[in-house]
Amino acid sequence: MDTPTSKAPAPPEAPQGRRTTGKAGDRVFLGLSRGSGIVLLVIMAAIAAFLAYRASLAISKDQANFLTAFAWNPQGNPPEFGIAILAYGTVVSSIIAMAVAVPVAIGIALFVSHYAPRKLAAPMAYVIDLLAAVPSIVYGLWGALVLVPYLAGLNQWLDEYLGWTYIFDKTGSGPARSLFTVGLLLAVMILPVITNVIREVFLQVPRMHEEAALALGATRWEVIRMSVLPFGRSGIISASMLGLGRALGETMAVATVLSPSFVFSGHLLDPGGGTFAQNIAAKFNEADAFGRDALIASGLVLFVITLLVNGAARLIIARRKEYSGAAA
Amino acid sequence: MRALAVGAIAVSSALVLTACGSDDNSAANGVNEKKAAKNIECAGKGKLLASGSSAQKNAMDVWIKNYMAACKDVQLNYNPVGSGGGITQFTQGSTAFAGSDSALKPEEVAASKKICKGGQGINLPMVGGPVAVSYNLPGVDDLVLDAPTLAKIFDSKIKKWNDPAIKKLNPKADLPAKEIHPFHRSDESGTTANLGKYLGKAAPGDWKYPDEKAWPAKGGQGASGSSGVSAQVKQTEGAISYVELSYATSNDLSTAKLDTGASEPVEVSPENASKAIADAKVVGKGKDLALDLNYATKAEGAYPLMLVTYEIACDKGNKPESLDAVKSFLNYTASDFGQEVLVKEGYAPLPPEIAKKVRETVPTLS
Repeated sequence: MDTPTSKAPAPPEAPQGRRTTGKAGDRVFLGLSRGSGIVLLVIMAAIAAFLAYRASLAISKDQANFLTAFAWNPQGNPPEFGIAILAYGTVVSSIIAMAVAVPVAIGIALFVSHYAPRKLAAPMAYVIDLLAAVPSIVYGLWGALVLVPYLAGLNQWLDEYLGWTYIFDKTGSGPARSLFTVGLLLAVMILPVITNVIREVFLQVPRMHEEAALALGATRWEVIRMSVLPFGRSGIISASMLGLGRALGETMAVATVLSPSFVFSGHLLDPGGGTFAQNIAAKFNEADAFGRDALIASGLVLFVITLLVNGAARLIIARRKEYSGAAA
Repeated sequence: MRALAVGAIAVSSALVLTACGSDDNSAANGVNEKKAAKNIECAGKGKLLASGSSAQKNAMDVWIKNYMAACKDVQLNYNPVGSGGGITQFTQGSTAFAGSDSALKPEEVAASKKICKGGQGINLPMVGGPVAVSYNLPGVDDLVLDAPTLAKIFDSKIKKWNDPAIKKLNPKADLPAKEIHPFHRSDESGTTANLGKYLGKAAPGDWKYPDEKAWPAKGGQGASGSSGVSAQVKQTEGAISYVELSYATSNDLSTAKLDTGASEPVEVSPENASKAIADAKVVGKGKDLALDLNYATKAEGAYPLMLVTYEIACDKGNKPESLDAVKSFLNYTASDFGQEVLVKEGYAPLPPEIAKKVRETVPTLS
């Protein structure tokens, strides 16, 4: 083990004794940090290998098409299961959540960073932090006991006036335990994560940019449009991706609210559907060894989807490097 | 943030402490325990592991509490992993006995022969239970349903509460023109399988689905676990579902009477379920006491929507280190003292004839 630091020439004025301890400390620290990095990679590789191996066991025996089948019956004879419903539910509920949460989060962040008086801004930031600390099962209970009954009216309204759009046409009956409700609940859950990151980015907009805009006679809105938003764009994107990551993987809240079923419905307000994480949580208890492998196979798909989303976010951020001051 | 974390730890540790506290309080009915203790013959010692059906979890909890209070040498642990998991663990040799809500299948019997040297796994009926049809329909207290109507409701063929089929069974009730919201278990459940068996036997023309643990029909909404289903029925006007009686009672849900063809519609209760179990035939061979329940029974006062759970052990070749304790425990659970504590938990005691057979079989295990 020859470390690069050992070859580096030592500064001449350093005393002999201290230099050796410094060198040892350097070496230890280098080893530790390099080790941490390696451990991280090994863990990721181990997770991926584990998922892929167990998934391959299940998929090789699947009698239905794993990617397109609308069923989950790995314990049946023959075993038939597919992830189409889960992928659809996961993506659709996350899209709804993002569509609702991102604009609101930008609004809150702008208010806190640029409009609110300082006395109000600090407590508001604290309250947003608190929202992020609520455990997801509590969100789930709130969703099931409060949100679902109260959404009945909104659902009826959407069905009546926007039913012609097909997606808002309500054909199923019963309480609103639908992907739409899940999307709204997820929006509330990811709101604090997104807001916090965006607020931090907005606060880092160079004072000079804003003052320059003001000096040119810009109104407050124009300042925000010309200096804050362009500077914060990559921050907004990475914040959204953080939120999306949480929405994609959210388990307990979805499992508490959704009425799971493997019947496809394009109507968002109809009860039914499922997401990857929710399905794993719901089926794991009663699953036998093969059933667990099948669930792991679905977990692998979620893993891949999350990787793709994160990769896409990185690409977008990398393209806008000129503003990368706060993106990281 | 740190203050918050400290607060959270304080709160959660307080919760843990209270949870421990409530365990101690349960010894409050010590009189009953002492009475029970006198009637338990202890044998064997050490750790006894069992796992299986969650439908009999509450019964096992009471039995184990009473048994361990009497027999300090034995430590019994029942893990409600579900029937399938319980049988798998039993046939892998990791548990002393299993609990299951259905009798062993032929391939499971074959697998059990590896563990039971010179013998095989047998089914010992131990816990009976009625499944309640619970509903939420303000203003209608004495709903009467029969198997075909129930089948059509759960199959989404009957969609309104004032449907002629329901009206015919409830001529006096003031049925609203509301939609019916049927709820089913979204997780795999022995309760679902039993409802399927009942509907398949008592209304074969209207229920053509296999009696699987996963909900087979389309339509309606799912909820997870008996508690989840109960909560939905409680919350949703017009809802109907099926849960073990104890959940319907503890959630204060209305339960429907079943028109079985007997002179009067039958109410759900442990006693009435026992009457229906008494109509069952023992179909197991040798020491195996697997039952064939008569879901289409027309006996007076017999509530046909019921389930029976079994304890599964080897007839021969039980593990020597746990054999004595298993026999002593199962002797207790099958005894009158073991069976009578079930009623309070919403379970149905075994009818005398079947209980007698179980009591004769347990001491012969070897």
